[in-house]
Amino acid sequence: MPRLSVAVVVFPGSNCDYDCFWAASQCPHCRVQYVWHKDANPGRFDVIILPGGFSYGDYLRCGAIARFSPVMQAIVAHAHQGRPLLGICNGFQILCEAGLLPGALYRNNTLTFICEHVYLRVETTASAFTRSCSPQQVLNIPIAHGEGQYFADDATLQQLEERGQVAFRYCSRAGDPAAQFNPNGSRHNIAGILNAAKNVLGMMPHPERAMDARLGSCDGQVIFRSLLDAVSA
Amino acid sequence: MKAHIFVTLKQDVLDPQGSTVQRSLQQMGYANVASVRIGKFMEVELTGTDPENVAAQVDEMCRKLFVNPNIEEYRFDLR
Repeated sequence: MPRLSVAVVVFPGSNCDYDCFWAASQCPHCRVQYVWHKDANPGRFDVIILPGGFSYGDYLRCGAIARFSPVMQAIVAHAHQGRPLLGICNGFQILCEAGLLPGALYRNNTLTFICEHVYLRVETTASAFTRSCSPQQVLNIPIAHGEGQYFADDATLQQLEERGQVAFRYCSRAGDPAAQFNPNGSRHNIAGILNAAKNVLGMMPHPERAMDARLGSCDGQVIFRSLLDAVSA
Repeated sequence: MKAHIFVTLKQDVLDPQGSTVQRSLQQMGYANVASVRIGKFMEVELTGTDPENVAAQVDEMCRKLFVNPNIEEYRFDLR
């Protein structure tokens, strides 16, 4: 079976790169490698992952400086060519700052850094990242962020909802996306969104940290399997 | 020339820092503080003598880097 090439991009301050590398490596037909942010010509990859962390120390705004790293031109080209691009936590922030996803992430409404397992409801299975999920499936995945409040204006939100671009919503264990299950004030309880073409996903929770029941949940596996099976199909 | 840039959250964006500080002020006894919004101040020193050119450049820097237009707005002055 041909090997899928997966890149995990590393910015100065990224700290979830190792876990993303490990999670993608669980796929037997994947070849995973790190790409340093200064590499302007990293080559062609089937899948690119932007991991979590504190790129550039979150200076100015989370992801605001990383979006100008030399590697970003290749990442934008990859996205425009329709290939899968996954941004997790700081990766999601970088994608929004780069304009590859609409809206912005900012300070949690609690003003605290929140590190806990939450429940997410899968809002669409019409993407490479969620196609192996069942409709409205509830996933138990950890979050760890201080700036995860998703904001987009009313018009953008309406468009996201109408076009099925909301990927995940914070919810209760039973899948109820009520306000009380929203950890950070994100509009519409949004935990992850897709671009219009549905090949770019940004999500605040960490599926790469939910790959082993011994660590609390293996619900992240379905996202990696969806993605890596979809691309190799 | 120096540019003084003020970046603030847009009015319809929740400012939890501002609300918290407002509550603190009220607890301190300042009962007449209606609201607090917290933003950023940047001081940028640049070479250039033509204020119009410098202003255009500062504006571009704001739009490209200093400001996230989804949630922020800005103003600046030159001196």
